[in-house]
Amino acid sequence: MASDKVQAINDANFKTTISASVPCLVDFWAPWCGPCKAIGPVIEDLAEEYKGKVTILKMNVDDNPATPGQFGIRAIPTLILFKNGEIVDQITGAVGKKQLVDLISKAL
Amino acid sequence: MKKTHFELIILGSGPAGLTAGLYAARARLDHLLIEKGAAGGQVLLTDWVDNYPGFPDGLSGFELAEKMEAHARRFGLNTLTANVVSMDLSQTPKRLTTEDGEQLSCNALIICTGARPQLLGIPGEVEFTGRGVSYCATCDAPFYRNMHVAVVGGGNTAVQEASHLTKFASRVTLIHRRDALRATKIVQERAFANDKIDFIWNSHITAIEGEKGVERIHIKDNSGKETSLAVDGVFILIGVIPNSEMLPLQLLKAEHGGFIPTDNETRTAIAGVMAAGDIRSKEVRQIVNAAGEGATAVLAAEHYLNNSTL
Repeated sequence: MASDKVQAINDANFKTTISASVPCLVDFWAPWCGPCKAIGPVIEDLAEEYKGKVTILKMNVDDNPATPGQFGIRAIPTLILFKNGEIVDQITGAVGKKQLVDLISKAL
Repeated sequence: MKKTHFELIILGSGPAGLTAGLYAARARLDHLLIEKGAAGGQVLLTDWVDNYPGFPDGLSGFELAEKMEAHARRFGLNTLTANVVSMDLSQTPKRLTTEDGEQLSCNALIICTGARPQLLGIPGEVEFTGRGVSYCATCDAPFYRNMHVAVVGGGNTAVQEASHLTKFASRVTLIHRRDALRATKIVQERAFANDKIDFIWNSHITAIEGEKGVERIHIKDNSGKETSLAVDGVFILIGVIPNSEMLPLQLLKAEHGGFIPTDNETRTAIAGVMAAGDIRSKEVRQIVNAAGEGATAVLAAEHYLNNSTL
C-alpha cells in the first residue's frame, strides 16, 4: 500500500532486494485495488512486528509490470514470501492477519 | 489503562458500520467501531457505484468508501483495527475477544460484519486463485488486457463487472445457469449492447484447468451436454456468504447459512444486539440499504441503552 512504513521496491531492484539473507514478504498491489487498500493497515503492523526478522516490501504492479508477469500474478493483492531468493509460499486476496502470520512463519 | 468498555460497539466498517458510526458519533454515544482493515467493506470491490443517491454522476466504490469514512470521522468516530474472533452475548455487558486475545465489552452491539464472495467449489478453483481465478473484477481486470475471460453469474455484480472487464479484455463470455439475467434492467441493457460480451445460457462450469495459470474451463449445460472453452481468466461473481464465523449463531437464530434475522428496527433475537447491512437476513443487498440499516440500528441501540436497566 501507499505508505512510508513499508519499503517500496521496483522491477530494477527486485532481484537484489529479495536475495537478502533475511526473508522477505512482498505485497503486490495497485492504487485502484480496494482489497489492497483494505489489508494496508495489517501489512504496516506486520512490518513493525517483524522488523529485523522478515522484511516486508511492496511493489506497485502498475508501475512495475515485469516482476508480477514473471511470477504469473493475475490478481491482487498477492503476497509472496521469499527466502534466499526462492519462493516459500504465496497467498492472494484480502486475507486476515492470522493467515499472513501463518504464511510468514513458514520462512522462520 | 486502555479503555475496554463502551456503551456501544459497532463491528465492521462497510457502509452499514460507517453509517452507524456516523450516527453514533453525532449522538455523542460512548462508542467504538472495530474494523478489520481499511474501511469500505465490499464497496471496495466495486468498480463504479451508479445508484447511490446524492451522487448524480456516480463515483468509484473506493471514493464512496473514503467519503463515508471521512463523514463519520468529522463527528469524532472512534475506531480500532482488530479482528474479533469470538464473543459472549449471553449476558450484559456483552464481551468480544480479538485475534490478539484483547477483551472488549459493551452494553449494546451492532453487527455489521457483512459478506464475502461465494466460491463455486469446483476443481481448479482454489488452485488457480490469483493465477486466473478472481472474485474482484475491479482489482484484476487490468491483468487481462486483450485476453478472453469468462464471468460466472447473472446478478448485478456479475453483469456490471462483465461490462467493466471489456475495458481491458478483448472478449468476455458470461456464463449463467438460467436463461435470463437477474441484474437490474439498465445493467442488462448495457451488457447486451456491448459487442465484446457473449452469453452462454442454462450452463454452469464444472472445472478450471491449465498449467501455470488458467487455460480452459469445462462447461455443462442443463441438458447435460459438456463442452470446454479456452479462456485466460475466470471471474466468479455468484453471490455472497455471510462473515459470521465470530458470531454465536444459535443465540442469534441465524438462518440461510449464517445470516442474522432481525425485526424492522434491526433488533436481533438478543436484547441490545442489532444487525445491519449484508449480514442481515434479507432479500435486497444494496449499499443504500446497508447505510439505512446502520442508521436504524443506532437509533434502536440508543432506545435500548436509554430504556434498559443495565
